[in-house]
Amino acid sequence: MMSRLGLALFAGWVVILATTPLFAENYIVRTAIMIAMYSALALSWNIIGGFTGYPSFATVAFFGVGCYVGGIAQRAGVPMALAWAIATVAVGAMAAALGAIILRLKGHYFAIGSIAIVEVCRLVISSWRSVTGGGDGLNVPLLRWHPDAVAQFFLLVMIGIMLAAFVMNALVDRHRLGFGLKCIRQNEDAADMVGVDTTRYKIVGFTLSALLCGTVGAAYASWVGYIDPTDSFQILMTVKVPVMALMGGAGTVLGPALGAAAFVILEEIFWANFLEWNRAILGAIIVALIFFLPGGLLNISWRRAARRLRGRESAEAPA
Amino acid sequence: MSAPLLELEAVTRSFGGIRAVDGVSMRLNEGEVVGLIGPNGAGKTTLVNVITGVHTATSGRVRFRGEDVTAQRPFQAARRGLCRTFQIVQPFPEMTVLDNVAAGAMFGGRIDAIGAAREAAREHLEFVGLAPLSDKPASALTLAARKRLELAKSLAMKPKVLMLDEVNAGLNSAEIDGALELIRKIAARGVTILLIEHLMKVVLSVTERVLVLHHGALIAEGEPHAMVRDEKVIEAYLGEKYAKRYREAAGV
Repeated sequence: MMSRLGLALFAGWVVILATTPLFAENYIVRTAIMIAMYSALALSWNIIGGFTGYPSFATVAFFGVGCYVGGIAQRAGVPMALAWAIATVAVGAMAAALGAIILRLKGHYFAIGSIAIVEVCRLVISSWRSVTGGGDGLNVPLLRWHPDAVAQFFLLVMIGIMLAAFVMNALVDRHRLGFGLKCIRQNEDAADMVGVDTTRYKIVGFTLSALLCGTVGAAYASWVGYIDPTDSFQILMTVKVPVMALMGGAGTVLGPALGAAAFVILEEIFWANFLEWNRAILGAIIVALIFFLPGGLLNISWRRAARRLRGRESAEAPA
Repeated sequence: MSAPLLELEAVTRSFGGIRAVDGVSMRLNEGEVVGLIGPNGAGKTTLVNVITGVHTATSGRVRFRGEDVTAQRPFQAARRGLCRTFQIVQPFPEMTVLDNVAAGAMFGGRIDAIGAAREAAREHLEFVGLAPLSDKPASALTLAARKRLELAKSLAMKPKVLMLDEVNAGLNSAEIDGALELIRKIAARGVTILLIEHLMKVVLSVTERVLVLHHGALIAEGEPHAMVRDEKVIEAYLGEKYAKRYREAAGV
């Protein structure tokens, strides 16, 4: 459940992101687009990884296939918005079909299976030269507007997708679907025993977690104007997204958005200031996160942290 | 005789070469409280697993209200009202006690709205005496309370047949008396109960009929007090040699 304060802060944050073109330079606007995009991906991941507790690394498969379906549709003359819709539906259908297979796996096995999906998609796309251009990549028709207007437009598009992902999370959280998914996360056998159709619920959850990744991918392809298999199926992206969600608080509605924002900003700071060490620093942050913040930023009990600090002081004091 | 609520026809379940349940035929009539006893490893839990769809019978048929449910999945059994508790309790550890029961009400009891499911859950928690602990996480409960939680969860699923798998195991005698009282109250609501139990005190005081399972096969069936004196039953529990000594000591 969200607090009213959390919701208000989120609304304020969305307004700040949306208005960056009015007061900030291009670099900041670009960062805002990345934040909105990663928030949408992390919020999507949250349905399967957070609520359901299935550690999926398939995000980038959905993103990449979304890139290509959208890009190919646009090259075939389909209007941009329709191409995005087609990508969304195609990715959703793909997730439902694949989900029925790999959701039979659990835990680590599921994680590995989901990585295999990424690899298979990447290989199919790079080998299917006649349709996808293979390793040469594809040019996607660009918007012939002023660059600033293009950036503003895609900022609003990404924010729109992020809000859609947010609303999806909030609805799932309140609906019996979310309740059932949380039951599955805590004890799948017991969920089955109380009458949750676990197979169907997991497939629905997996499909929901894929849909908007497809939209994001297609919009990304239209934004950058050129896609190739290495860029569309970066294994790093598939790791980043769960880390973002975990950083903010997986299984909460606001956590993934918070985590995505924090992660993208940190990443930008480290890129700018520690050109050679930034990956190492990010790695250290991930390790520290797992050790000290297993529940994410949103789940810190500040009061307990304060009490623990005080307790340590009194323990150190001579008796 | 009226049609039985639940009927097993020559049900066998094998694991590799072992027949955990071997050709069991039995029936439960509406409103009955039946005990299922037998030594450790007799196949009691496996039998419940077959009835609730956790395992599928290798051969034989399970019929519920005349319908063949042999191939059902556990969630379908739950929705039909074939509910069970576990010998090893299975809560949703991080959820509150209330939401644990609400899950039963929502999915097994088919109440769609979360609010209404929580309302129903409150009543069941009141019934089993866990209402004061509603907002605690399930992982914080004592074993006795967890067993009650299992009961509340099953009751929320609107059971037609309730299979209680050793709900009293690991409880002290005061707690057992409490649990016994609860079982009587549930039976008074007209729920058919299959009670798997090691404690004869419990079996003798609440059941009308007892089934005895040994090496997966049903070896005896009848009135509870007669069953505990039955030679085959004593032999199954104590072994042939001791059963003989017991007979001699008793001067039979």
